[in-house]
Amino acid sequence: MLHTIIKENAYQDSVVLMLLTNKVSTIDGVNRVSIMMGTPANKDIFGTSGLRTEELEAASANDMAIVVDTEDASKIDEILAEVDAFLASQATKESSNTTETARTWDKAMKLDSDANMALISIPGTYAAAEADRALDEGLHAFIFSDNMPIEEELRLKQKAHDKGLLVMGPDCGTGIVNGVPMAFTNVVKPGNIGIVGASGTGIQEVSTIIDRLGGGVTNAIGTGGRDLSETVGGITMLDAIAALEKQADTDVIVVISKPPAKAIRDKVLALLRTITKPAVTIFLGEKPTYHEANLYHAYTLEETARIAIALAKGEAVKAVETQIVKPEIGLTPEQKHIKGYYSGGTLASEAAMLIADALQLKEGLIKQDGYILKTEGHEVIDLGDDIYTQGKPHPMIDPEKRIAFIEDAANDPETAVILLDVVLGYGSHEDMAGQLAPAIKDVIAKAKAAGRELAVIGTVCGTLQDPQDYNEQRQTLETAGVIVKDSNNEAVRTGLALVGRTVEEADKAIREVESGEAAPILEASDAMLDLLAKQPRVINIGLKSFAEAITETGGRVVQFDWRPVAGGNPELQKVLQFLNSYRAETADVK
Amino acid sequence: MTNYQTIDEANRAVADKIVASAPFLLDVVPAKSVIAELNEGKVLLHAGPPIKWENMTSPMQGSCVGAALFEEWADNEDDARAMLDRGDVTFIPCHHVDAVGPMGGITSANMPVVVVENRTDGNRAYCTMNEGIGAVLRFGAYSEEVVNRLRWMRDVLGPVLSKALQTLDEGMNLNVIVAKAIAMGDEFHQRNIAASLVFLKEVSPIIVSLDIDEKERQEVIKFLADTDQFFLNIMMASAKAVMDGARMIEEGTIVTAMCRNGENFGIRISGMGDEWFTAPVNTPQGLYFTGYSGEDANPDIGDSAITETFGVGGMAMIAAPAVTRFVGTGGFGDALKTSNEMLEIVIDQNPNFTVPTWDFQGICLGIDARKVVETGITPVINTGIAHKKAGIGQIGAGTVNPPVACFEKAITAYAEKLGLTV
Repeated sequence: MLHTIIKENAYQDSVVLMLLTNKVSTIDGVNRVSIMMGTPANKDIFGTSGLRTEELEAASANDMAIVVDTEDASKIDEILAEVDAFLASQATKESSNTTETARTWDKAMKLDSDANMALISIPGTYAAAEADRALDEGLHAFIFSDNMPIEEELRLKQKAHDKGLLVMGPDCGTGIVNGVPMAFTNVVKPGNIGIVGASGTGIQEVSTIIDRLGGGVTNAIGTGGRDLSETVGGITMLDAIAALEKQADTDVIVVISKPPAKAIRDKVLALLRTITKPAVTIFLGEKPTYHEANLYHAYTLEETARIAIALAKGEAVKAVETQIVKPEIGLTPEQKHIKGYYSGGTLASEAAMLIADALQLKEGLIKQDGYILKTEGHEVIDLGDDIYTQGKPHPMIDPEKRIAFIEDAANDPETAVILLDVVLGYGSHEDMAGQLAPAIKDVIAKAKAAGRELAVIGTVCGTLQDPQDYNEQRQTLETAGVIVKDSNNEAVRTGLALVGRTVEEADKAIREVESGEAAPILEASDAMLDLLAKQPRVINIGLKSFAEAITETGGRVVQFDWRPVAGGNPELQKVLQFLNSYRAETADVK
Repeated sequence: MTNYQTIDEANRAVADKIVASAPFLLDVVPAKSVIAELNEGKVLLHAGPPIKWENMTSPMQGSCVGAALFEEWADNEDDARAMLDRGDVTFIPCHHVDAVGPMGGITSANMPVVVVENRTDGNRAYCTMNEGIGAVLRFGAYSEEVVNRLRWMRDVLGPVLSKALQTLDEGMNLNVIVAKAIAMGDEFHQRNIAASLVFLKEVSPIIVSLDIDEKERQEVIKFLADTDQFFLNIMMASAKAVMDGARMIEEGTIVTAMCRNGENFGIRISGMGDEWFTAPVNTPQGLYFTGYSGEDANPDIGDSAITETFGVGGMAMIAAPAVTRFVGTGGFGDALKTSNEMLEIVIDQNPNFTVPTWDFQGICLGIDARKVVETGITPVINTGIAHKKAGIGQIGAGTVNPPVACFEKAITAYAEKLGLTV
């Protein structure tokens, strides 16, 4: 049966009324309903829908007409209430989120024409093209993406150098730009130490120790792992050192690298010998025996941090004897082996280096199937190695692989010590300790049941400001039975102490060094100084969480929702490439 | 390319012509007096790229029946259909004769059309007048009422408006009306009420002073006052005149026309001149009058997307908060998002038409087919929705996007023209 309600002088836009009609028609017991203003044309539409009634004829263009087809007359009140509620709530309904994102470079640069850095975290095959564009737009590039051919890396870095820009990465996991974290980074207090590092977790370990020891960092510039290769020639590292030398807030420069190409290492040292600011280097895997005037050489990441702090405070650099407390754990005579399962590649390397050194292993560090060390029953694995992360999340996010290794090692009656790291900061799991704890508790209990004790020793790489709770993470690990140390260096030495070994360290005297290498020229462009001295203005191409971390810590960011050009169609990409680079040779230019 | 070195330069030149354009409404005249092709036997113009009678959707066919009755080629529906089935009628796309037509776009010899001249290039464009809403020819209705209204428009509305416009030395400056109405909440496709009122404001003092029959005067004023979308057809002719002027630069990748015939969506780009690049049309998404749903909707038809080509309509969604709900159930935020997204596929913004709700940014200027292909973002077109059966007319309104394939074909053809071997 048709019911007609006329609300006089109740004008509403037709769109509102269509929305309202849709809403009301969902009420149970309503067969059909139409709500429109009573214009002649609308009356015709009522007619076509079979809802034209006699009462409707009286409605004017300024009256809202409601015609309901229902068997239950009591529904009318419900409908009217619904209508009133809908119209009343209209004005108060919040408009949807209007945060602007970009899908093209033009738009991104329009949204922040003052942007100075592109943070790129898209699939590696596309990263070079976007980095190229970033440089063309005058932006520094922070390339988180990996799998970029080294020739491309060289080309991009050469191009950046010529333009006075920095390319961080590819495969650069960590950076701090004037206090703002880039990619997987800890929240480190500001200070007067500048870091350049060809190693992501190396930067994390050094910067977090600096922070926890009361120091602070101006900038931490990741260069990517291949920067110090013969091919790339340390372009980014040399430029970054030059820039930090000129940057007013930086008093101390820290250089971190895994073993570099000899020629490039010498080039870096030659540059460091020419600068005015004191510097400390760590070329992981080398065991330096001396310091130079104003240039100090560290063996471990912890030592690097400690020297940097001493220099930052203007104190004399002394050898720090780490006091190792041997834990009260009784090992069986079979328990001889140390096994390290790391999510941080550099931490793994450091552990392997210390173990190989202390145990005087015949075979040193390797790089094979994720193993950094695998000899005489000892092993250290970098679970962040490509072979473990292909198609799987990084071990800083996903504990699964690591738990499997820990369980295997614990079942082995010859395992004495299991070493591990928990890396905090943006990008890492919100509770990695909590993820690992049950498994660790379990293996310790199982070993006990089998009549032996197991030493699980770990370190938490992080600061009190990190998004995760540093103290709580330590607490969780300790409750699970982990012996938690302040640094990876200390953790590894503690494990070594258990098997009766120590790492011998001689005092390093300051020595005069003849540099055969001519020092490269110090150049620092305005763009570089701007990057290091001001809050970064970032175009974030890829992972949205990186943008959130930047915003949270006071940086400025435009989110670029990147998709492959032309939906990834290679033929259309070729067409676009052709058209975009087309230059008419015969053009009679107007 | 012969005049420009790069595509960007050519595109810039096309966009500059759009910005510089000066469309004026000159007259309202019988279509056959300005479109010679309509005088060569039984000829009908239709919307979109070329289409055969048998492939037209039902409402477009219904419009043809209505036009045949109006032109008195037949005196009943059966005879009209038989005649059309026999192939007695020649079909020409509106776009091929400097015209544009809403929805079915069916235009016949004696229908009055508005005449818009783009002063900067001297080219003209034509469009039939808006018939109002409900049962109307453009949505496929062809009842006695529909045909009678067309006769009245031919005999009364057209001549009266013509007389009124003749009193203006220069014609009516349309850029001025558009600039005013955009600030009053029109986006010129879904919503034209402000522009229609400004138009009425301009012509009513003239109409009341004309030496004409009092009843006709009253009817014309009433019709213009009742017809909220009256300006849409003028806007279409205006956009057509502007885009035709701009596409005299036959280089670059700026989209110069978008239109649909119910079978295919067609676009033109500046560098490919008159060539259409087509792909099957989509069906609009939107809100429906009671009793109708997406199942009843006719696939997208009409030349009205010339408004989006020019930069208004869906491209200027943010200008008309009142119609933003058609985007979905969202409000202002969605409209803002839509227009902001459209900025990604255009090369600039037109400073002549600034949008208050957009911080006075100019409307979108120059859709670049390259950017459409690069991003996969297609223009948003605000549109009416016709019932898929002839005779019922409009059943809703909403938005529709062109198939990206049109743009892909266009840039590929252009790259080949410039020497790329694919």
